[in-house]
Amino acid sequence: MIDSRSLLGIENLGRDEIASILNRASQFSLEKPQPILSGRRIVLLFYEPSTRTRVSFEMAAKALGATTYLVHATASSIEKGESLLDTGLTLHAMGAEAIVIRHPSSGAPAFLARHLDILIVNAGDGMHEHPSQALLDAFTIREAKGRIEGLKIAVIGDIFHSRVARSDVHLLSRFGAEIVMSGPPELVPDVAVTLAPGLKLTRDVDEAIAGADVVMLLRVQKERLGGLPIFVERYVAEYQMTPARLARAKPDALVMHPGPMVRGMELTDAVADSSRSLVLRQVRNGVPVRMAILARALAN
Amino acid sequence: MSSLLIRNGWVVDPASNFEAHADVLVREGLIAQLAPAGQIAGADEVFDARNLVVAPGFVDLHVHLREPGQSHKETIATGTAAAAAGGFTSLCCMPNTDPVNDLPAITRWMLQPERGAVVNVFPIAAATVASAGERLTDFAALRREGAVAVTDDGKPILHEGVMRDALSQASLVGIPVIQHAEDTALTKGAVMNQGPRAFRMGLRGMAAEAEWKLVRRDIQLARETGAHLHVAHISTAAAIAAVREARQRGIHVTGEATPHHFAMIDDDINDYDANFKMNPPLRSRQDRDAVIAGLLEGTIDAIATDHAPHALYEKRQEFDRAPFGIIGLETALGLAFRILHAERGMALPQVVRLLTTGPASVLANTAVGARGSLRVGSPADIAIFDPAARWKFDASKSKSKSRNTPFDGWELHGRVTATLVGGRWVFRD
Repeated sequence: MIDSRSLLGIENLGRDEIASILNRASQFSLEKPQPILSGRRIVLLFYEPSTRTRVSFEMAAKALGATTYLVHATASSIEKGESLLDTGLTLHAMGAEAIVIRHPSSGAPAFLARHLDILIVNAGDGMHEHPSQALLDAFTIREAKGRIEGLKIAVIGDIFHSRVARSDVHLLSRFGAEIVMSGPPELVPDVAVTLAPGLKLTRDVDEAIAGADVVMLLRVQKERLGGLPIFVERYVAEYQMTPARLARAKPDALVMHPGPMVRGMELTDAVADSSRSLVLRQVRNGVPVRMAILARALAN
Repeated sequence: MSSLLIRNGWVVDPASNFEAHADVLVREGLIAQLAPAGQIAGADEVFDARNLVVAPGFVDLHVHLREPGQSHKETIATGTAAAAAGGFTSLCCMPNTDPVNDLPAITRWMLQPERGAVVNVFPIAAATVASAGERLTDFAALRREGAVAVTDDGKPILHEGVMRDALSQASLVGIPVIQHAEDTALTKGAVMNQGPRAFRMGLRGMAAEAEWKLVRRDIQLARETGAHLHVAHISTAAAIAAVREARQRGIHVTGEATPHHFAMIDDDINDYDANFKMNPPLRSRQDRDAVIAGLLEGTIDAIATDHAPHALYEKRQEFDRAPFGIIGLETALGLAFRILHAERGMALPQVVRLLTTGPASVLANTAVGARGSLRVGSPADIAIFDPAARWKFDASKSKSKSRNTPFDGWELHGRVTATLVGGRWVFRD
């Protein structure tokens, strides 16, 4: 039986659970450490490079008084061919109480949770989910707009390869946002609308943006556009977020991006650096939201 | 050799359209007599088959016995023991061993008594050297050593010219080419069926088109060469439709389907458990229904298990890293009875046909063709099972060396009581 205090994804997390994490996050901040996890041992197990998620979880753990241990795939026995399960068993035997895991394989956190008697927090798995990002996105939207329900949110870019998109769509649609996805078929296949009830999909980005309260952009990697310069040019022409495009959204519309941004690809400098951009607010909110996630997992 | 009388059973032999309450006399390893119950006086040994079905031993066109080279997964001895427990008396084993079975010497090695097989083993040889898809193997020499078909299973023959040559050569020696139909150019990195479930799980999916496109091409080549194409583990509605149409046009195409493809769909994949990972993958509900329809109407000739054992440590990995394949010999009958017979109304003789004379006639020109029947004079390969049994499959009790199955704990219908190969008991429950 998987411990319900683990956080594996948004899909199977109830609305009340989500609301309680968000409410708890609003009581936390980096500036006001609360040592409720004093002496607790949290391992950050990272199989992929990461800046913001790793540092943010680390700061969150330390602000709660926990001790963190960072294990990187490239500087550990993992490079010598140790299996994920054996790595997990080893960390467990050493006394780790929770593992925050980032892994390139979808389902790796669920796999560990099923085979190990230890709390697991998913810090991003393959193309599957990135629940802490979705929670901080929801927290940021609530903070800026006062609500999620009834907002029109355009999600634009590489949804197929994005764990953030899957988690965001699960969460925001569950809280009553109207979600419109947009992007070329290779990045937003038709099947994307089956992810949650009531999703919309349009290939016309202007239609997706029209009247939007929030424009959420996702990273677009050149190599996923078929490898030819012409595809990149077409993406930029048809989907890149520019000030002119953004003018179609509501006057008080906000722009979000989970990072890392590819400037000149999914958005222009002018959009990235505009006063409407919530990008750094998202990063900042990552810490209290992850404090809430870790407190939920480990605090009695 | 002594004689054995199997008495009072419900004898079902689809090869001779026989179904009756009858006695079967076995002498010197052969079926000696079939008579209405009570008419055969006696024998050295008597087996009371009251309330049991007495059927020809099952024939599996598609198993991976892993020897030579991968004996940590399975051996010919353990794989055939699992077969006997599942009522199978003849196994056609795939050539993707290490080394690949592309030489007569390897085929011969598989058939040596030292391997410890308890049921009949019929090797299927590689169609191309090392299954690399380039140079054909020596079909005639392989056939002389006992190979009953050729295939590059798991590594589909994509090159059209090579496939055409393989079909022509196979036709000359009287065996089919078996194709694992998957255009691998379309399935790079894919680990399950393409569709809503794969999208939700964040896994790359195999499109149905990767199967049916190759099936269509191969059918065209079979038409042009007049050769016999056998489609392995067919799993999509469109591929089944293509086979149906080809057969109506008189093209020599046969097909097999696995129990897991008629018992489960992609939505059943449980929490990234790699015991639900196989190739072809669990498909959509529509595909599953098409597989059942194909079996019911006869477009698909045989149930084949694609028994593919893997060690625990190989399967207990991240879903996208674990190898494809599940074991299937001990669950095939129970799944066929539960899904096809109990839930879909397939008559008992047809279930038995799909496990016996159906597969045997796919390889009619070979030694397999003589199996799967209770006709007098046939080898006494017999499966005796309780059709009314309801039982829970316990993977930990499997006779296979491996445990990789999604059916652990499943309720199955119909349970094998005893199995005979050439008149010898090879399994008694």
